[in-house]
Amino acid sequence: MKILVPVKRVVDYNVKVRVKPDGSDVDLANVKMSMNPFDEIAVEEAVRLKEAGIATEVVVFSAGVANCQETLRTAMAIGADRGILVQTDVELQPLAVAKLLQAVCAREQPQMVVCGKQAIDDDANQTGQMLAGLLGWPQATFASKVVVSAQTATVTREIDGGLENVEVALPAVVTSDLRLNEPRYATLPNIMKAKKKPLETTNPAALGVDVTPRLKTLKAAEPPKRSAGIKVADAADLVLKLKTEAKVI
Amino acid sequence: MAILVIAEHDNSSIKAATHHAVTAATKLGGEIHLLVAGSNCADAAAAAARISGVDKVLLTDAPHYADQSPENVAALLVSIAASYSHLLAAATTSGKNCMPRVAALLDVAQISEISGIESADTFVRPIYAGNVVATVQSIDPVKVITVRATAFEAAGEGGSAAIETLPAAADLGLSRVLGRELTKSERPELTAAKVIVSGGRGMGNGENFHRLLEPLADRLGAALGASRAAVDAGFVPNDYQVGQTGKIVAPQLYIAVGISGAIQHLAGMKDSKIIVAINKDAEAPIFQVADYGLVADLFEVVPALQAELG
Repeated sequence: MKILVPVKRVVDYNVKVRVKPDGSDVDLANVKMSMNPFDEIAVEEAVRLKEAGIATEVVVFSAGVANCQETLRTAMAIGADRGILVQTDVELQPLAVAKLLQAVCAREQPQMVVCGKQAIDDDANQTGQMLAGLLGWPQATFASKVVVSAQTATVTREIDGGLENVEVALPAVVTSDLRLNEPRYATLPNIMKAKKKPLETTNPAALGVDVTPRLKTLKAAEPPKRSAGIKVADAADLVLKLKTEAKVI
Repeated sequence: MAILVIAEHDNSSIKAATHHAVTAATKLGGEIHLLVAGSNCADAAAAAARISGVDKVLLTDAPHYADQSPENVAALLVSIAASYSHLLAAATTSGKNCMPRVAALLDVAQISEISGIESADTFVRPIYAGNVVATVQSIDPVKVITVRATAFEAAGEGGSAAIETLPAAADLGLSRVLGRELTKSERPELTAAKVIVSGGRGMGNGENFHRLLEPLADRLGAALGASRAAVDAGFVPNDYQVGQTGKIVAPQLYIAVGISGAIQHLAGMKDSKIIVAINKDAEAPIFQVADYGLVADLFEVVPALQAELG
């Protein structure tokens, strides 16, 4: 079976983002970019399925500016076989990305799409579910374990009250949660090998997809800062302050 | 036009998060309908009708809604969406699972985890793990939204909405829930608790976590939470996790024990009214957001705290 994994180029998780002085958006100039951590987990899962002999090919997909090629190369260094870049400078929102993926799925016919559950920039948590809806496929979101058989996938999902085991018919969309796996570090030989793997570039128009944003960001601001309070001497002092000062117990 | 809120329920009662979503709906202006889709869920519908602010409860009762699968619930929502200006659900794992699918089927954007409402088409939502707050405007005819529960008060009881039956949509048969392993607890739910006692890697192991923090939580009527580090180390199950990728909480009192305060964790609890941090490392970032910090060994402080509280 073929697995498709979309990967997003986002601000590196170690970077503290800042808002532009005019408050119009987040300032992304000269900021370190990396693959979205949840997408890395998704790539790792797909590659493990290939190593286990279940998947035959892992195709990675990215949409956005030309530099997304680097993100695809990173995914190929983890073990993906080839990459598809939908290149555009337009700001892409989850619905647009889901439509691009739908178009690519029509061509590639994967049996499973494994996505990261959310991107750490817009925190939307939408693309996988949207894609499943557009394709009319089942979805198994927030996966912490995936077992694939011939016709179905059995997925353990992290839900509010604990865990849920769901069986979905294939083809299906799965989205990865944190505990699905721990992605490997790409080795230097694999990074070199990834440079030679096929990477196809296309664009939204060629796929027949209108990617016009539906949401307009009017303003971006930093939230009110919480300041450090006081240090208390011991447990007795703490209980006293919580009772008399904060009045919360 | 009316506003539709999707109730989260277990077929007998309505989850607390839905009460918060109803309050968000009241800020949009318009009649509020609450959808209860389930199986043998008349009790849940009756509970839904008592939530104040709700004008009408729509009840869809069919076996294929027993697990409220996103595929089937989304199809049901799409069949009635034309009558509504807004579709809202709480930003729980259930709401986050279903609503993007609904939005895509309606060919509209979905607006995730709103924390504020400026007008019927303009919303405030946190991005970058809460480090930035964005104001976004939707140009779509119907707004599909998930609501951050902690940002809106819970709607009270005392309503008496009419209950109307809504015919079920077809069973798509795409997925099947094999089982759920739910954490059983007598304590309040994390997202609804007024007090939370939360433990981190500093607890050392799962046994310490339970031995030290459970009595304290019980004494305070608190829910138990944990940092990602404590969950990853296997001290407690994943549903204890507070943080960007876990639960977002905002209790009256949050007591962080042995938690260093990674950005990821702070994103999930920094809207708490009072934060207490107990950590032996005086440089731990958690102290930068704590109202009351106690630099000490938690293995001495927690029992002492217990003794002080009596």
